[in-house]
Amino acid sequence: MSNKIAVQIDDLTVAYNYKPVLWDIDLEIPEGVLMAIVGPNGAGKSTLIKSILGILKPIAGSVRIYGKPYKKQQALVAYVPQKGSVDWDFPTTALDVVMMGTYGSLGWIKRPGQKEKKAALEALEKVGMLPFKNRQISQLSGGQQQRIFLARALVQNASIYFMDEPFQGVDATTEIAIINILKELRKAGKTVIVVHHDLQTVPEYFDWVTFLNVKKIATGPVKDIFNDDNLTKTYGINYKVSIQE
Amino acid sequence: MDVSEYIKLVFTDYTLRTITLGTAILGAVTGMLGSFAVLRKQSLLGDAISHAALPGIALAFLLTGTKDSHVLLLGALISGLIGTFWIRSIIKKTHLKSDTALGLILSLFFGFGMLLLTFIQKQPNANQAGLDKYLFGQAATLVESDVWMMAIVTGICLFVLLLFWKEFKILLFDADYTKTLGFNTKFIDVLITSFIVLAIVLGLQTVGVVLMSAMLLAPAAAARQWTNSLGIMIVLSATFGAFSGVFGTAISASQNNLSTGPVIVIIAGVFVLFSFIFSPSRGLLFKQIRFIKNRRDLQQHKTLAFMFRIAETHDNISHPHAIKILNNFQGFTKSTLQQLVRKNYVKIDGNMWHLTEEGFKTATNLYNQQEKTND
Repeated sequence: MSNKIAVQIDDLTVAYNYKPVLWDIDLEIPEGVLMAIVGPNGAGKSTLIKSILGILKPIAGSVRIYGKPYKKQQALVAYVPQKGSVDWDFPTTALDVVMMGTYGSLGWIKRPGQKEKKAALEALEKVGMLPFKNRQISQLSGGQQQRIFLARALVQNASIYFMDEPFQGVDATTEIAIINILKELRKAGKTVIVVHHDLQTVPEYFDWVTFLNVKKIATGPVKDIFNDDNLTKTYGINYKVSIQE
Repeated sequence: MDVSEYIKLVFTDYTLRTITLGTAILGAVTGMLGSFAVLRKQSLLGDAISHAALPGIALAFLLTGTKDSHVLLLGALISGLIGTFWIRSIIKKTHLKSDTALGLILSLFFGFGMLLLTFIQKQPNANQAGLDKYLFGQAATLVESDVWMMAIVTGICLFVLLLFWKEFKILLFDADYTKTLGFNTKFIDVLITSFIVLAIVLGLQTVGVVLMSAMLLAPAAAARQWTNSLGIMIVLSATFGAFSGVFGTAISASQNNLSTGPVIVIIAGVFVLFSFIFSPSRGLLFKQIRFIKNRRDLQQHKTLAFMFRIAETHDNISHPHAIKILNNFQGFTKSTLQQLVRKNYVKIDGNMWHLTEEGFKTATNLYNQQEKTND
């Protein structure tokens, strides 16, 4: 972890219709952390990520990636959406989906070539999906689909990775495979931000955590702030987690 | 008229050739663009657009007084685009869901269009007749310049499709992700939608407001059954659309008084029906066959496994047992037993059965396999 700030959020407020989903969020994410965003359903976790990535338009506030607006820095950022956000019956193959990760660097009109294909195959290899490269995506299991999404982000070779519940509905093997890849990314100096639901695994998987419930409750190193006090503030009921030393 | 005579006529008769070409091109371009509508789950958009085009036709006539199809279709295009634009802004700016917005625009525009049509029909001048052909289409009114226009639009459409192939594909699959990569998704979206509107407007003269959406959806729905590749799906869809046009025209030309538009739509429907039933991977027929086969295999395996467990307890596997004990412990059917005999897994001698060497081996393998998957 360095002293650089990878993502800087100031006064971010987002509302659907009239209801605020995120309220006045100030958040600094240091470079090189593996950070979990935790909070109850409807806390605005996905919304926070989508606002950072410019998918949603905030009604106030600013987001900076390494000091500049997202639009100028999108080459540095990769996104893994929720698995359920797309139609997996779409007529395409696993390799084809992973290739989409190269589209951003290709820009308009230019088609992917051998170089892009090679990068996509390497990413498939990394997530253990190479044998399934020509599989129609509807014939993949939930865990395999998640791995494909991860591979698509890996192809982007970004500095900052945003992942929306990558562990949702995957089996233990896939979960371990994914977290190992995330830890590898951190080791390579990348910043990884994950919307996460399983509080039990936070201390084991992550080194940084942000508690969110419409407002930002707390953010910082897991060992300092992942405690009953913040959990209670975030989830509204008395929480007891035992943190293994 | 037999088939060869008809084919000869297609090449020699000016009117028939024009109509056949026109409907074929129309089918191809709507099939092509329809794939996008279907994959974006905007199937009903086509229906709304075609209905929204009707007031444009009527207004164009009222303003200009001509019945020139190009002028009327320009009116249709404008009003279709306005309808589409309104649908988009209703979805974006209100709490209403897209089906509500589509239904609302469809019926409001169509109602307004019908109102204008009846108003026009009450007018005293003699020029007004024939506008109602845009309701159900009248392919016989196609002239060479119409076909040229269709061909040019199809050409442009194909060019744009190939140029932005990558962008179209990724937007269809994952719009949010496309945005994060820095693509202007609104531009791609407007491009696709504009071409859909254009294709629909081109078809109004031939197929009509009411049936136009079928031209968009049916070939695409049929094509989806046969392939898991977007490119092949679009080519197939265009082919199905073109053949619907050609066959539809042929049937309506050889049978008197059958209007072309509805026949084309019905042919497209036949393609859909055929695809739903006979597609190897998604079709109902093969699904049912696979289901029956699996069930039969499972039944055989069950019986075989049960016999194996009995035979296992004896040193000699060909030790005969009564058929009755199968009955007592486990339901089995005569046909299952007969199938096992036919496969030479089991031998039956009167009321007794015993496993063959081969049957025993197969059953052992079944067990091993099961244990492996349980691990």
